[in-house]
Amino acid sequence: MTAQVMPTVRVQADDFDAAAEAALLTQGRTDIGAVVTFTGLCRDEGGRLAALELEHYPGMAEEEISRVAAQACARWPLQGVTAIHRFGKIAPGAQIVLVVTASSHRVAAFEAATFLMDYLKTRAPFWKKEHHKNGTSGEWVAATEADDVAAGRWGT
Amino acid sequence: MKAVYFAWVRERIGKTEEDISPPAQVRTAGELIAWLSAQGEEYAYAFENPSVIRVALDRAHVKHDAPLGEAREAAFFPPMTGG
Repeated sequence: MTAQVMPTVRVQADDFDAAAEAALLTQGRTDIGAVVTFTGLCRDEGGRLAALELEHYPGMAEEEISRVAAQACARWPLQGVTAIHRFGKIAPGAQIVLVVTASSHRVAAFEAATFLMDYLKTRAPFWKKEHHKNGTSGEWVAATEADDVAAGRWGT
Repeated sequence: MKAVYFAWVRERIGKTEEDISPPAQVRTAGELIAWLSAQGEEYAYAFENPSVIRVALDRAHVKHDAPLGEAREAAFFPPMTGG
């Protein structure tokens, strides 16, 4: 049967290449039937945002994402998982987060990717602060109830 | 033990981390928040609404009733907004 999956988890300031990360999961394999790639981008919030600043808890960020990835591997038959989360100042249009899941069949890959994103949003220790185009350093983004509801539906 | 602060908790306290020595009767994460909030105006401000504060002990999420045990690092932060 399939060997145990070792998720790839990275927390970094640098940008990432979603296509290259997805290719790494599938190269040299013929047993994978589905790859889901999710990329989260920085919105400009109707033109008022100059940048988002992402603060993180070094060490715990990697550990918590790894815990969530391990939960996904225990719950779905996955053949590969990659999760990358950036920190630092990120401009509108730039990439913030990447989740790639690979499985024999699409349902597991879709569900696991959604689960990973729902849990990253509510459990990974990252905080966004807005910087406005008018030069003011804005507010910390508030956590939304919708994110809690989204994570809660997985019932873990 | 070491206390570390993030996001607006860090900004309100004005420190990223510090060594703290709570008395022995402070046994849980929630009791540690209550003790910290009595350490000065900036702490009272940071912890004015304790129920929204999240705590991690040795880099793992815990609830407020979790015992501190032998934890060496306690982190305090608002609800997370990554992703």
